[in-house]
Amino acid sequence: MAERLLDLLLAELPDAVVEVGSYLGDEIALVHRDRVRDVLTLLRDHESSKMDMLVDLTVVDYLGQSPRFEVVYHLRSTTFGHRLRVKAGVPEDDPTIASVADLWKSANWSEREAWDLYGVRFEGHPDLRRILMYGAFEGHPLRKDYPQNARQPLVRRPDAPPTDELTTRLRLHSHDRRVE
Amino acid sequence: MNQPASYIPTKLQEAVNWAQKYSLFTYPFATACCAMEFMSTLGPRYDLARFGAEFPRFSPRQADLLIVIGTIVERQAPVLRRVYDQMADPKWVMAFGVCASTGGFYQNYTVTPGADQVIPVDVYVPGCPPRPEQVMDGLMVLMNRIQDHRGSVQREVGPTATATPILDRRRLPVLPDGTSMVLDKEERMPKDGRVR
Repeated sequence: MAERLLDLLLAELPDAVVEVGSYLGDEIALVHRDRVRDVLTLLRDHESSKMDMLVDLTVVDYLGQSPRFEVVYHLRSTTFGHRLRVKAGVPEDDPTIASVADLWKSANWSEREAWDLYGVRFEGHPDLRRILMYGAFEGHPLRKDYPQNARQPLVRRPDAPPTDELTTRLRLHSHDRRVE
Repeated sequence: MNQPASYIPTKLQEAVNWAQKYSLFTYPFATACCAMEFMSTLGPRYDLARFGAEFPRFSPRQADLLIVIGTIVERQAPVLRRVYDQMADPKWVMAFGVCASTGGFYQNYTVTPGADQVIPVDVYVPGCPPRPEQVMDGLMVLMNRIQDHRGSVQREVGPTATATPILDRRRLPVLPDGTSMVLDKEERMPKDGRVR
């Protein structure tokens, strides 16, 4: 249905696209991480695509693969009714990608959620804070290496594991580098 | 003359407990799907009014039975603790359903494994959700506990009552190492939490 979007991408930005494909009728474009803003701006503004709606922005953690993370943008055009899925790989040692919060307003909270749960930092986001977890929470809980039994309660419990032990375990498993 | 007895000899404490157990004012702390089942328990078919506990008060300051209905997540635990601390003595707590009792099938970073991690719980009602009969059974167990003076917070009356010191309710209870149970706001939401 949206093959012409892939053709458009390959014609306009051939060096930004890694791979295109289709699965069950949904077109997918895998693009380079540092060109993701160019691709998304083109898709939003070009008169034959007009992707004016960012339906969802999420992250997949492929633990053990390289690049480890994949940021997924689900786009839709309310004018033409077509959809496109844009993906960009994000490596583990530098989990950053350009923010698109100025292109679509809906990206603001989605990027905060992706940062909160996966620890992918969106450069240029106006207000990158946690959105679901509390400020005292350490680590990013939807990463596949987040320890399943780690609890970080806001009410101290006598039988809860000590914070130091928990922190050490989280630091061991998580490759999140905190910005002080 | 065989007059019927015009008085019943009893202890004042037992009389007070008897009065309290038939006049429970509930505060439903309803967070999840168990609340639907609680509504049916309150309704005319099962009729919790028979036990004198039919009238939910939506202010913890006017209630003496806190019913924790549903899953308690870690973010919500300080709220539950605060609601409990706002209730006046004597007060009791019922954990309604497995999520409030143990966390249920949620075993992850979000869910508190049971309301008793945060507040003292008197009676646990299992079930997902519990049948209204189970709730009534739990309520009767609680009433027996109140009559036996075995609730988590009972009020002493009569000449043998011991005076308890007035504690700062905001910082209750205090852990053995002297720290408060609830993290204060700066600890929950650190100022540098922007890109942690």
